[in-house]
Amino acid sequence: MLRKLFKFHGGVKPQTNKERSTTAPIAAVPLPDRLVIPLHQAVGGHPRPLVQPGDRVFKGQRIGGADGNLSSAVHASTSGLVRDVAPAVMPHTSGLTTLSVIIEPDGEDRWGELDKVNYRSTPPDELRDFLRDAGVVGLGGAVFPSYLKLKPGKEGKLKTLVINGAECEPFITCDDMLMRERAGDMLKGILAMRHMLQAEEVLIGIEDNKPQAVAAVQAAIAASGQSGIEAVAIPTRYPAGGAKQLIRVLTGIEVPHGRRSTDFGVQCFNVGTAFSIYEALELGRPLISRLVTVAGNVDAPRNYDVLIGTPMDHLVRLAGPRADTDRYIMGGPMMGVRLPAFDVPVVKATNCILVGSEAMFPAPAPEMPCIRCGECAKACPADLAPFELYWFSRSKNFGKAQEYHLFDCIECGCCSFVCPSHIPLVDYYRFSKSEIWAREREKEAADAARDRFEFKNHRQEREKLEKAEKLAAKAAATREKVAADGATAPAAGSDAAPAAKPAPDAAKRALIEAAMEKARQQKAQAAPRNTEQLSPDVQAEIADIEARREIVAKPAASPLPPQDA
Amino acid sequence: MFTALFVMTGIALVLGAGLGFAAIKFKVEGDPLVDKIDAILPQTQCGQCGFPGCRPYATAIAGGEAEINQCPPGGEEGIRKLADLLGREFKPLSEEHGVEKPKSVAIIDENTCIGCTLCIQACPVDAIVGAAKQMHTIVAAECTGCELCLAPCPVDCITMEPIAETVDTWKWRYPVFQIAPAALGTARQEA
Amino acid sequence: MINSPFVRKAASVQSVMLQVLLALVPGIAAYVWFFGAGILVQIAIASAAALAGEAAMLAIRGKPKAIFLTDLSAVVTAWLIALTFPPIAPWWLTVTGTLLAVVVVKQLYGGLGQNPFNPAMAAFCLMIVAYPALMSQWPAAGQLDFKTQLDLIFGGLRQVDAITGATPLDALRTALRAAANPDSQVHGLRAAQLMDGPAFGFLGGKGSEWIALGYLVGGLWLIQRKIITWHIPFAFCAALLVTAGLLWGVRPDAFASPVFHLASGGAMLGAFFILTDPVSGATTPRGKLLFAAGAAILTYVIRTFGAYPDGIAFATLLMNILVPIIDMKTQAPVFGHKKD
Ligand code: SF4
Ligand code: SF4
Ligand code: SF4
Ligand code: SF4
Repeated sequence: MLRKLFKFHGGVKPQTNKERSTTAPIAAVPLPDRLVIPLHQAVGGHPRPLVQPGDRVFKGQRIGGADGNLSSAVHASTSGLVRDVAPAVMPHTSGLTTLSVIIEPDGEDRWGELDKVNYRSTPPDELRDFLRDAGVVGLGGAVFPSYLKLKPGKEGKLKTLVINGAECEPFITCDDMLMRERAGDMLKGILAMRHMLQAEEVLIGIEDNKPQAVAAVQAAIAASGQSGIEAVAIPTRYPAGGAKQLIRVLTGIEVPHGRRSTDFGVQCFNVGTAFSIYEALELGRPLISRLVTVAGNVDAPRNYDVLIGTPMDHLVRLAGPRADTDRYIMGGPMMGVRLPAFDVPVVKATNCILVGSEAMFPAPAPEMPCIRCGECAKACPADLAPFELYWFSRSKNFGKAQEYHLFDCIECGCCSFVCPSHIPLVDYYRFSKSEIWAREREKEAADAARDRFEFKNHRQEREKLEKAEKLAAKAAATREKVAADGATAPAAGSDAAPAAKPAPDAAKRALIEAAMEKARQQKAQAAPRNTEQLSPDVQAEIADIEARREIVAKPAASPLPPQDA
Repeated sequence: MFTALFVMTGIALVLGAGLGFAAIKFKVEGDPLVDKIDAILPQTQCGQCGFPGCRPYATAIAGGEAEINQCPPGGEEGIRKLADLLGREFKPLSEEHGVEKPKSVAIIDENTCIGCTLCIQACPVDAIVGAAKQMHTIVAAECTGCELCLAPCPVDCITMEPIAETVDTWKWRYPVFQIAPAALGTARQEA
Repeated sequence: MINSPFVRKAASVQSVMLQVLLALVPGIAAYVWFFGAGILVQIAIASAAALAGEAAMLAIRGKPKAIFLTDLSAVVTAWLIALTFPPIAPWWLTVTGTLLAVVVVKQLYGGLGQNPFNPAMAAFCLMIVAYPALMSQWPAAGQLDFKTQLDLIFGGLRQVDAITGATPLDALRTALRAAANPDSQVHGLRAAQLMDGPAFGFLGGKGSEWIALGYLVGGLWLIQRKIITWHIPFAFCAALLVTAGLLWGVRPDAFASPVFHLASGGAMLGAFFILTDPVSGATTPRGKLLFAAGAAILTYVIRTFGAYPDGIAFATLLMNILVPIIDMKTQAPVFGHKKD
C-alpha cells in the first residue's frame, strides 16, 4: 500500500554529503579529562545548580534542577569530582558564557541508583515529571523539553504521531545511524510516546536517501508485531525534516506559526528523542549522552556516542581534522551555528559538529543588490516573500516585516542558498527578530516601570493625605484638650508642636551619623572572612591583593563627594 | 429686594450646575498624544529631562513647552521616534540634560548599607526593598537605572553596574553590506 | 562573520543575465537573416554606450566597478534597446537612448535592482516622444544591404520616405480609420487585406514572424532554465489573444486578427524579455498574471487607437507604476495560513 504524500512549497537540494560518515558504525569516545555541562541547555528556564565545587557525583546524578514549568533537568554524564560551578563559553554564536558544572571524571564511570518506571501503569502527569527530571529534550536541534509536548490535545488523544527521521540537513547522519543500529529500542520509545499521547497511528518519516534506515525501522516494526506504525520514505528535499514540513508531507496538515500542533491532531518527535525516552523509562537512564556526527574537513567522518559536556575538540580529534581547519559549526551547513571556540562542550542540541575550513565553506561572493528575481520566494518552504522581508529588515521597518510574516520564517536558509545576489538574507531576519524581541522586552520593562511609578505616586499621595488627616485629627484633639484643660498651659500646645518637629529630625541625623561612623569603621577593618586557617603563602597572596585593592580604591575614594551632593 | 437676590442666586445656581454638569459630561479623556509620547519615553523616571518623571515630560512636549531632545535614557533612537511621531525635526540630545549611557542597574553594597531608607524614598519605582536599619537590596529586574538613589545615600554604597549581555538578551548584529569579501578570521581568533 | 547557510547554490546575477542574453540569440539570428547585419552594429553601439555610461556613473557614485560592470545587466538593457529601436536609427539616437536608460532610469534611481521603470522601455518612450520620425523608420526585409544600413547608421544618409514603408502596425491603424470612415479613399487597405499583403510582419515586411518565433524559442528556454516563470508570458499572450479576438470577432474587417497581434511588433520580445524584467515587474505569481494581462490590454489599446507605432513600451511603463500596489495586494498566503 502506498501512502499518499503531500508536498510543501519550495525547498532546495543541496549536496547531501552523507555517504562517508555512514560507512563505519557508531563509535564510543574515551573519557575526556574534563566535562563542561552547561545548566541551560534546553528552551526555557535556567536550571539551578544542585551541586557545589568539591562534590562527588555519580553518572546520571541530577546536577541542575528544572526551574519553572518550561525547563528540564541536567545530569552528570559520568562519575567524578565537581571542580567548579562557573560560567563557561557555550556553543552559541554569541560566544557568551553560561553557568556550567565542570566535572573531572574519576574514570570509573559509575552509575548512581537508577529508577525506572512502567509507563503503562504510571499516571501521565507523573510520567511527564519523570521525563522532565530525566532531562529529556528534543534532540533534533530545537531542544524543546519533551514532557511539555507529551500532552494530547483537548480530546485526550491524538490522530497522528509523527516521528522525524528525515534528517534533511547535509552532512548529518546521526539519526540515520541511530535507526540503522538501534531501531528496536527506538521503537520502544515510540510506543511509550504513543501510549502517552493516545495516538491512533504513528508515521516515521525518513528521507528516501536512507534506504537502510527505512529497512531497519520496517524490520523492527515487523518484529514488534505492532500495527498502526509505518515507516514512510519521503522524497529527499531540504527542509523535509523541519517539523512543520514533515507534518505537511505525511499528513497534509499545515500547522501555523504560534499554534500547537496537537490542536491539529498531530505531534512530532525526533528519532533521537524517541531513543532517549526509551532509555529514560525502561533503563532509568537520564539524558547524558547523544549521537553526534563529526563530518566535514576531517579524514574519517563518523558518528560517535558522546557524553554531554565533552569538549568538542576532544571529540573531533578522533576523526582526524585536517590542518587547515579554522572553524566548527554545530549542526549542518544550512542551519548550523558557527562556534566561538574549539573547546566548547557538546550539548543536548549538538547533532553534528561540522568541521570547516575556508576551502570547504568559502565566503560567498560579494553581496549585490536584490534584483527581485523571486528565486528566494520560489525556494521558501514557509511560502514567504523573503525579498520583501529582506527589504523591510534592511530598512529596519520591523512593523512591516511582521506584517509580511517575519515570524513564520523558520530560518531554514533556503532563500540565502538560492539568492543570485548572494545576500545573507537569513542574517537580516535573525537581526530583525532579535531586534523585535529586544524591543518587546524594553517595552514590557517600560510599562512595568510606568505602573510602579504611578503606583508609588499614588501611594505617596495617599500617605500624605492620611498623614494630613491624622495631623488634623490630632490637632483637633489637642485643641479640645486644651479647651477642656482651660488656661493651665495656653501656649504649650501650639508651641510644642513646631518645636518638637525638628527634634526627631536631629535625632535621626545623629543616628545616621553614628551608623555612618560604624560603617566607616567596618569598611576600614573589612577583612575577608575564612582567612583564619590559611597557609602562609595564601595569606601573602591575600595581602598582596589587598594592597592592590587599596591602590585601586584610592583615586576613586579621594574625590568623595560631600554627603549633600 | 429679597426677590431679586433670590432670582440672582437661583440663576447662579442653575448656571453653576449646568457648567458643572458640562464639565463632567464633556470632560476631555486624557490627551491621547500625551499617551503616545509617554509610550516612547523609556520610563526610567530619572528626571534628567527637567520634569518629575516621564509623563510630565510627555505632557510638556505635547503642550509645546519642551524640546524633544531632553531625555538621555531614551537616547538618539527615542528622539528619532519622537521626531517621527510629532513631525518635528530630529535634534541631537541636548547636552545640558545629560549623555546617553549603557543601560545599568543599581547595586547596593550590602556590607556598607546602614539601612537608612533614604534610597527607598528616592526610588521612583520602588525597586529597593528593606526596612529601617536593615540592609537594603535592589530588585534588579525592577530597577530602571535612573541613578536617583545614588545621591541620597549617606555612605555611598550604591553603584551603577551596566547590564551584562546574556544569551537571552544577545542580539544578532545588523548584517554588514559587504562589497569586498569580509576579512576572515579563524574561529579561535574571534573567540 | 559569516553565518548559516554556509553552502550556496552556484548562482549569480551575472549568470542570470548571461542566460537572458543567450536566449536572445535565436531572435537576433532571425533578425540578421531577414534584415541584414545592421542590427549587430546597433547592438555593439548600444552595448558600448551602456557599459561606458554605467562605468561613469559607478565611478561618480563610488561603487565598485568590477562587480557591477560584469553583472551584465547593462548589456541586457543595451540589447533590448537595440532590438526595439529601428535597425537603421542613426548611431547617436541609439547612444542617447542607451545612456538615458542606463544613467537616468537605472543609475540615478540607485542602480541595479532599484529602478522602478524598465530602463529600455523608458528610453524607448523618451526617444519616440523626442524623435517620432526617426523612431518610426522601419525598412522592409531585404530592402537594404549592409552598406546602406551602415551609411544610414553612421552617415548622414536620410532619405526617409524613399527607403522605409509604413510598418504593418501603422498600416493597421490607417486601415482602422479607413474602416471607420468607409467613404475615405485614402489607404483603402482593409485589415484583412493587410494581413495577406506583403507587409505582414513587424518591422515592415515578411520575416518578422520568424523573429518573433526566435524570441519565443529563447523565451521558452528561459522558462525551462527557471530564469523566468511562465506567468508573465502566458498571461500576456492570453490577454492579448482574448482582447484582439473579441474585437476581431465583432468586426474582422476593421480589426486585425489575434495571431497578427501576437506575431507583430514587440509582442514576443515583450512577453518573454521585457515584461519579465524582475526589477521593475511584479513578483508574486498572481501579481505577475495581473501585471502581464494589464500590459497586454494596454498594448492592444495603444497599438490600435494610439498615435505611436507600438504600445509595448508605454504599456510596460504604465504597469511598472502599478507594480508596488499589485505586489502588495497579491501576497500569497503563507504556510499554515492558507484556507483550502
Ligand atoms: S533571490 Fe535574492 S536577488 Fe532574488 S529576489 Fe530574492 S533576495 Fe532578491
Ligand atoms: S529562511 Fe525563512 S524566508 Fe528564507 S526560505 Fe527559509 S523560511 Fe523562507
Ligand atoms: S529624562 Fe528620565 S524622566 Fe525624563 S523622560 Fe527621560 S527617562 Fe523619563
Ligand atoms: S534602585 Fe536606584 S537606580 Fe534603580 S530605579 Fe531605584 S532609584 Fe533608580
